[in-house]
Amino acid sequence: MSVVFFLTEEVPVLKKTAVCLSGIFILMSLLLATSGCSSPRAESSSPLPPQLRLRVATTTSLYDSGLWGYLEPMFERKYNVELDIMYAGSGKALEYGRRGDVDIVTIHDQIREEQFIADGYGVRRVPFAYNYFLIVGPSVDPAGIKGLTPEAAFKKLMETGKASFVSRGDDSGTHAKEKDIWAEAGYDYEAVRNAGRWYIEAGTGMGPTLMMASEKQAYTLTDIGTYLTYKGKLALVPVVDKGSLLLNVYSAIALNPEKMPQAKIDMANNLIEFLISPEIQEFIGNYGIEEYGTQLFTPYVGSEPE
Amino acid sequence: MTEIWHGLTKAIGLIISLDPEVTEIAGRSLMISLTSTLLTSLICLPLGSLIHFKQFPGKRLVISLIQTFFGIPTVAIGLFVFILFSRAGPLGGLNLLFTPAVMVLGQMILITPLLLGLTIAALSGVDKVIPDTARSLGASGFQMTIIVLREARFAVMATVIMGFGRAISEVGIALIVGGNIRGFTRVITTAISLETAKGDLELSLALGIILIFIALIVNILLNRLQPR
Repeated sequence: MSVVFFLTEEVPVLKKTAVCLSGIFILMSLLLATSGCSSPRAESSSPLPPQLRLRVATTTSLYDSGLWGYLEPMFERKYNVELDIMYAGSGKALEYGRRGDVDIVTIHDQIREEQFIADGYGVRRVPFAYNYFLIVGPSVDPAGIKGLTPEAAFKKLMETGKASFVSRGDDSGTHAKEKDIWAEAGYDYEAVRNAGRWYIEAGTGMGPTLMMASEKQAYTLTDIGTYLTYKGKLALVPVVDKGSLLLNVYSAIALNPEKMPQAKIDMANNLIEFLISPEIQEFIGNYGIEEYGTQLFTPYVGSEPE
Repeated sequence: MTEIWHGLTKAIGLIISLDPEVTEIAGRSLMISLTSTLLTSLICLPLGSLIHFKQFPGKRLVISLIQTFFGIPTVAIGLFVFILFSRAGPLGGLNLLFTPAVMVLGQMILITPLLLGLTIAALSGVDKVIPDTARSLGASGFQMTIIVLREARFAVMATVIMGFGRAISEVGIALIVGGNIRGFTRVITTAISLETAKGDLELSLALGIILIFIALIVNILLNRLQPR
């Protein structure tokens, strides 16, 4: 019975526990050291470690297309700063901004962007790239909407009520665009949501929404960048790609330091200057051409859409 | 089925080649969850013992409440911690949101009820004769606690391992308060969530397999550290 040995054994047991605990601590510090070493950033950074972290909330389409993956290290090297990139739908990105949890947002929802600035949260809206939305769907085109305008296509979807449509349903910029199109087609959005089982609200990012639409052989509205990035994994083709409604402009907004004193306005302005600089504009324009055979984003500066 | 096979071979390939990004993510997962489990254990094992040994009014209610929180959704804790540490929240000035530190804190909140409740259960499982004998042999309250904890050591260790398992496998807190920032707050579960969203199912699967490997190694180590 251990009780009997209690007095003789207590000390070694405590010792052993101490050894165990220090063992765990050593293991953890080792891990910290190795994870620090194996980080690609640690190797590439200059002798002076970057002190500043700049937080960016970006719309999922800019993140999922992989563009930020290239821009991030370029910017970090140039300004010796750590970019922390959070991907979120435009609605959530703006909410991060309103709460002061980020320093700059890069999104695509003009109406809410202007509201954000009017409410005093943002300094100014700086567009840096654009492309067009697409309605994609199964190649058999069950609703027969191929080649229509986006408004007419949505109208037909609503009237037939058979072919499924997957909506982002996450208050993102793409979702806002979808609501605009429903409004142009003459429908109240609440009525659309309750129109039947064919209208599916995914509540997720652009990539997962495309995957879901492909699985369900449904239509969906997508930005062209994400569609091209995911194309290889999808059984979906573009069915509607014409119409002024489909314009998609990406903008950067730095947080207003008057409202958010902790916002790093100088570095945020550096990022904006970086995005609209001729070399990065050219980089954005060329991004993905080699891989997808077509332009994902059109640089905004110098070739503004009409 | 081929996807599962490819995932498995990819996982083995990533482990053997010590892929820098995967090593980094796995190391971070391990660091954050070990820290949260260790800190929570340091608080909850003594506190659980205290609740077990002390008689006080409402003790049953306290234990029921602790057990109720076993099943608390991780996203609920994530949201709670987010609101607390967001700039606009009461602790926003600490500037901790979207850092590994706040992820540790969230995981600690997550596994506290589990560690408390299961410690109490582990101690309740010890034969009443043992504390009584210890007392009759002149053991102090502290010495008696040590004896009973020693008797229950396997169950207590299982409790700690379970806490670690829940911490390293959760995704809701890590995603909401960590923000899944590459090279800073990205852990295995949030990486799986992102890669699945991107449609890279094989990489997701590989990461899942690596997570199980890590859990296996940690369990073997913890079991080895167990006295006898």
